[in-house]
Amino acid sequence: MTDLELKIKSIRYRKKLLRYIKQAGAGHTGGDLSCVDILNVLYNRILNVSPATFDDPGRDRYIQSKGHSVEALYVVLADRGFFPESDLETICRYGSHYVGHPTRKVHGVEQNTGALGHGLAFSVGVALAGKMDGATYRVYTLLGDGELAEGSNWESMMAAAHYQLDNLTAVIDRNALQITGATETVCRLEPLEQKLAAFGWSVHTVDGHDIPALSERLGSVPFQAGKPSAVIAQTVKGKGISFMENDASWHHRVPNDEQYERAQRELDRHLAEATS
Amino acid sequence: MSFVAGEALGRANLEVFSETLLSLAREDRNVVAVTSDSRGSGKLATFAKALPDQLVEVGIAEQNLVGVAAGLASAGKCVFAVSPASFLTTRAFEQIKNDICYSDRPVKLIGISAGVSYGALGSTHHSTHDLAALRAVDNVTIVVPADNFETAQAIKSAARMSHPVYLRFGKRALAHLHDPGARFEPGRALPVRDGTDVAFIATGETVWPALMAARELDTHGLSCRVISMHTVKPLDVDAVISAATDCRAVVTVEEHSVFGGLGEACAAVLMQAGVPVPFKIVGFPDEYLATGSQLEIFDHYGISAPGLAQTAQMLLARGG
Repeated sequence: MTDLELKIKSIRYRKKLLRYIKQAGAGHTGGDLSCVDILNVLYNRILNVSPATFDDPGRDRYIQSKGHSVEALYVVLADRGFFPESDLETICRYGSHYVGHPTRKVHGVEQNTGALGHGLAFSVGVALAGKMDGATYRVYTLLGDGELAEGSNWESMMAAAHYQLDNLTAVIDRNALQITGATETVCRLEPLEQKLAAFGWSVHTVDGHDIPALSERLGSVPFQAGKPSAVIAQTVKGKGISFMENDASWHHRVPNDEQYERAQRELDRHLAEATS
Repeated sequence: MSFVAGEALGRANLEVFSETLLSLAREDRNVVAVTSDSRGSGKLATFAKALPDQLVEVGIAEQNLVGVAAGLASAGKCVFAVSPASFLTTRAFEQIKNDICYSDRPVKLIGISAGVSYGALGSTHHSTHDLAALRAVDNVTIVVPADNFETAQAIKSAARMSHPVYLRFGKRALAHLHDPGARFEPGRALPVRDGTDVAFIATGETVWPALMAARELDTHGLSCRVISMHTVKPLDVDAVISAATDCRAVVTVEEHSVFGGLGEACAAVLMQAGVPVPFKIVGFPDEYLATGSQLEIFDHYGISAPGLAQTAQMLLARGG
């Protein structure tokens, strides 16, 4: 798939995830929009996993630690054929398996997440098992930046470096905002790159919306043999919708009818530009 | 010589656990122990030397311990996550709830030095809340073995389970309670002795004092049943109801708070089954616990032969 085709996919994913958030009347709009390009690249270019191979012990793993961005994950999994997209009509509805955070009841989801600070430890376990078994699969996990205040992450960072898990990659969705406001105001995270490096990780920073750059970085792991890889993906919360970008109030806000129409029109314009 | 329950002293359940685990791990290289600087307190030093590739050390980091265990289990490992019961079930409670139980990862959570095994080290090291906390979490079997036989069997059963299990035990040498012909099954209480006046439904290391109380009551012409309720969840409801219908009084005994543990589980069964019986929950009250060794703390709170015998007699006097 070409870079342009992926770029178009990202716009379509944004349109869809907004549609399902609107329909469900719930969802983590800002964070979905910031990480959807990362998911696009992972699932369409990097991960060796498909609906048919999801039970294969040798499959690549993707664990979404920032579980709240579940609409982005659902939309990408549906596009990859893990389940019919029509299932997403039931998100957050009574009796639906499509809960507001990822669960294994949904085909393609590796682990139940939602509470923060859990995905990395789980990923370390999967990566360790891979090393023990001499398996060649790779493990990718997506962390939110606000999530890094959870101390459990740093326990897992230590263990990943100690066990030289170069089959593990942590992508950090560095949109610099959390529900209360800027990460640097809430509880300072910087200098993040140095912190990760000091914990024994090989770190690269990348534009988290640049499809070719993301592809290059995520496809060239491990950055260093014997070290886990960290990708700080610099992103924009609410990316793609002008009035949602860099505004923490869109963390889990659902657009009203007017906002929804405006957002879809903006995305239609992006689509027209991309395809012209 | 025929077997007499409670007569011969065995070893600490902890030692039986480590020996059983080593033998399982030798047979199956997918058996993995994960420790949080707890290989010493978990008696796993021999395991670490014998099978270094099957032991994962994460340092003093219980949250990571449980999350890593879930990940290992997802990749097909038979994982025993071993850490002092207090730290395992308190520090890593959210990991147990989400990563193990909600996500249905068949990890074997091993709470060592459970209850008040750490004695005078104090409340930070005691787990008198763990049964209550985990009873309220969906999808976890809770086992508290009472002697070496139950421990070995529980570990072997845990290894075969395809859903989460929490096992907790202490480190004091314990008397053998069961005839060598006994059959252990998770969820099925094991009778230690039969009787019709008082039933002691006990779990873990309190079964032995219950048995000693029963012996003492023998001398008063009272016939006492003693049940080892090794599986606290799912509870053997039939054993509880039979005890309450066959006997004139029921005393539950546990190394745990009187809130939310075995006693309240039994009370809920009896109340909802409409079985009225004089009933007493013996455990630790809602207070700053007395300081002392495990046995001194037991004595202080009446988890002893004289204490339990007295409780039983009071219940009977009240109208059993």
